[in-house]
Amino acid sequence: MKPRTTIAAALAGMLSLAAVALAAAPVASSAATSCAKASLALVHAGQLTVATDAPAYPPYFENNKPANGKGFESAVAYAIAGQLGFGAGQVKWTVEPFNASFAPGPKSFDFDINEISITPARAKAVDFSTPYYTNPQAVIVVKGSKFAHAGSLAALRSAKFGVQVGTTSLAAVNAQIRPTQSPQVFNSSNDVVTALREHLVDAIVVDLATGFYLTSGEIPHGVVVGQFSASGGDNWGVLLSHHSKLTGCVDQALAKLRSNGTLSSITSRWMQSGAGVPVLK
Amino acid sequence: MLELRGVTKFYGEREVLGGIDLTVSEGEAVALIGASGSGKSTLLRCIDLLEEIDDGDIYLDGVAITEPGADPVPVRRRLGLVFQAYNLFPHRSVLENVVLGAIRAQRMARSDALTAGHALLQRFGLAGREHDYPDRLSGGQQQRVAIVRALMTKPRALLLDEVTSALDPELVGEVLGIIRELKGDGMTMLIATHEMGFAREVADEVCFLDAGRIVERGAPAQIFSQPENPSTRRFLTRLLAGARA
Amino acid sequence: MSATSTVVVIGGLVAALVLSPGWRTIRQTYLSWHYFRQILPSLPGAFWLDARIFLIVEAVVLALGLLIAVVRTVRAPVLFPVRLACAAFVDLMRGIPLLILLYVVGFGVPALGFSFLPTDEPVLAGAALAMCYSAYVSEVFRAGIVSIHPSQPAAALALGLTRPQALRHVVVPQAARRVVPPLLNDFIGLTKDVALVSVLGPQEIVRVAQISSDFSFNYTPYIAAAAIYLLLTLPLIRIVDRQQRRALRRQNAVVML
Repeated sequence: MKPRTTIAAALAGMLSLAAVALAAAPVASSAATSCAKASLALVHAGQLTVATDAPAYPPYFENNKPANGKGFESAVAYAIAGQLGFGAGQVKWTVEPFNASFAPGPKSFDFDINEISITPARAKAVDFSTPYYTNPQAVIVVKGSKFAHAGSLAALRSAKFGVQVGTTSLAAVNAQIRPTQSPQVFNSSNDVVTALREHLVDAIVVDLATGFYLTSGEIPHGVVVGQFSASGGDNWGVLLSHHSKLTGCVDQALAKLRSNGTLSSITSRWMQSGAGVPVLK
Repeated sequence: MLELRGVTKFYGEREVLGGIDLTVSEGEAVALIGASGSGKSTLLRCIDLLEEIDDGDIYLDGVAITEPGADPVPVRRRLGLVFQAYNLFPHRSVLENVVLGAIRAQRMARSDALTAGHALLQRFGLAGREHDYPDRLSGGQQQRVAIVRALMTKPRALLLDEVTSALDPELVGEVLGIIRELKGDGMTMLIATHEMGFAREVADEVCFLDAGRIVERGAPAQIFSQPENPSTRRFLTRLLAGARA
Repeated sequence: MSATSTVVVIGGLVAALVLSPGWRTIRQTYLSWHYFRQILPSLPGAFWLDARIFLIVEAVVLALGLLIAVVRTVRAPVLFPVRLACAAFVDLMRGIPLLILLYVVGFGVPALGFSFLPTDEPVLAGAALAMCYSAYVSEVFRAGIVSIHPSQPAAALALGLTRPQALRHVVVPQAARRVVPPLLNDFIGLTKDVALVSVLGPQEIVRVAQISSDFSFNYTPYIAAAAIYLLLTLPLIRIVDRQQRRALRRQNAVVML
């Protein structure tokens, strides 16, 4: 949603200014932390530990190997790392299941990038960076389904939906579509796909980018019916431990990547544009 | 009515019954005496077709019951076996214990069975205990229930396997009392027992078993006063010595 | 004396918890009154799904488990292939993780494409649960049946009952009473394994808690779900304990020589 992005961008801007001002000053004040590589508070000294879940799906990662730099979030992570002063060889990846990532206590990573949506409630338990992507939802059915030509969200109300747990897709389905049957919730996106393929559900809702990936091969005869936005928008941020000293530095890095166009070129390289997909209301 | 000819049984290599010949006429009470392990229990279990014999024949009312492939169930319905350890069904009340056989095996109507059960329990001094569970009864009472349970199936003959041996001495009398009554009623009985005095009083014939064979048989007076066989004499002497001590 | 030591031990544990460095975070994350109140209304409805599946599956498991146990303990030679099949079934069901079985049955059966087979997720999940648990329960019943002293069926046969009648009226009733404690353990285990149906889609209570937890990044919904669970399981345990004590007293009736 625009206002939040604007506020976040403004915050990022202010932090960058403050950081620049501080860098110019010989003495670091206690209010801002230096983002020089040598002074970063890292989980493992000398390396940047980045987490994501397993399996790591396209288009966010490729071949389930985050370290190969391919895929949207892998690219973003390495871009952030570069801004912080880490070469590709100094980035180490670790696996963190989604619902462990927000557990209280010390984290085993410096930051976690895993298609995680920023919400105020969540921000009470962890730190989020400024958003690196705004994510629409996509409705996918199998060709020939009676919902394949639905022109509005209301037309989908009688469908049996499948979604993955922990995604904003479920909330979006419940809030925007308000289906008559309770949606089926699955542990992994693989199970969601299986359910659609075996006609256990009529339709599934996933992130638009994931939807493109699935209909290009995983779901035979899969078709994207349309896209819609969760109310309030769905902004993804990088996750850090609560009150992490790195948050400001990551935000600085993202601000730089935005302003020099790197972020948008990464996005258009890996994330298919939703321009051709009908918007459902 | 009950006739055994040459009944033989082995447990593996060991002979536990060797060529038993025995006849029990209608209304007769035959006592089986002998040391532990002499084969008394085994013999009774074989007659009731709970175990198979290896040689010989058993006849009930003139019909051979030990033909290979014969169905043992109808035979068991005509005989009543009472165990040394009573073997009441602990999950059922006294009344439920005694009517189970009558209802399921004899196909008696439940109401008739309950009436008959009440009557028999009353006759043998167990009135008021019908709805108790066996764990609440003394040994003597449990054994009396066991006898009633066997009687409810209206057996042609009763097989009593050392029915007082597990009882405290003061409880023995109440059980022997029932057996005495049944003898008076004309029930045919084969009684394995250690109670010499009782056997002398009630039995028409006494058979002494030694290592699976009947080594002596005769009228109680004769067996107990003037046993001919040395084994019999030894056994009785030991038994009486034990009783006096 | 026992009261004092109880107070000391429990007080000590509570103190250790409350004085721990992370207590404030723990309290906010696991014991948040705000999130507890927020999730509570949606839990009983979700739990009703678990309860329904559990009741039906438990009934099936008891019946099927007993049937398998009886088949495996009778000696009739004509039943040999059935006994073999039962033994193989029991080994397989005890040998593979329930979660795998759920996936295989839940996603595999619809894939077969037979139109007469159910595709309703709770039914498929219930079937997988029933298969797994009836294997365990059959072993429990079998142990119970075998533990009945042979003098009991002997007494039944002596009365003129057939072997099936002896099983039905004398052996199985006693065996069943005797195995109430292990059956209760399986029973309680099933109440919790029912939550696994969530992998196939249905929104049962733990899933609902998980969704809320993932949404708010707070773990209190799980605590709330556990509380609802305890409302069911604790009384069940107490009731069956009491029944068991009563049954055991009767069991020790007859003198064994």
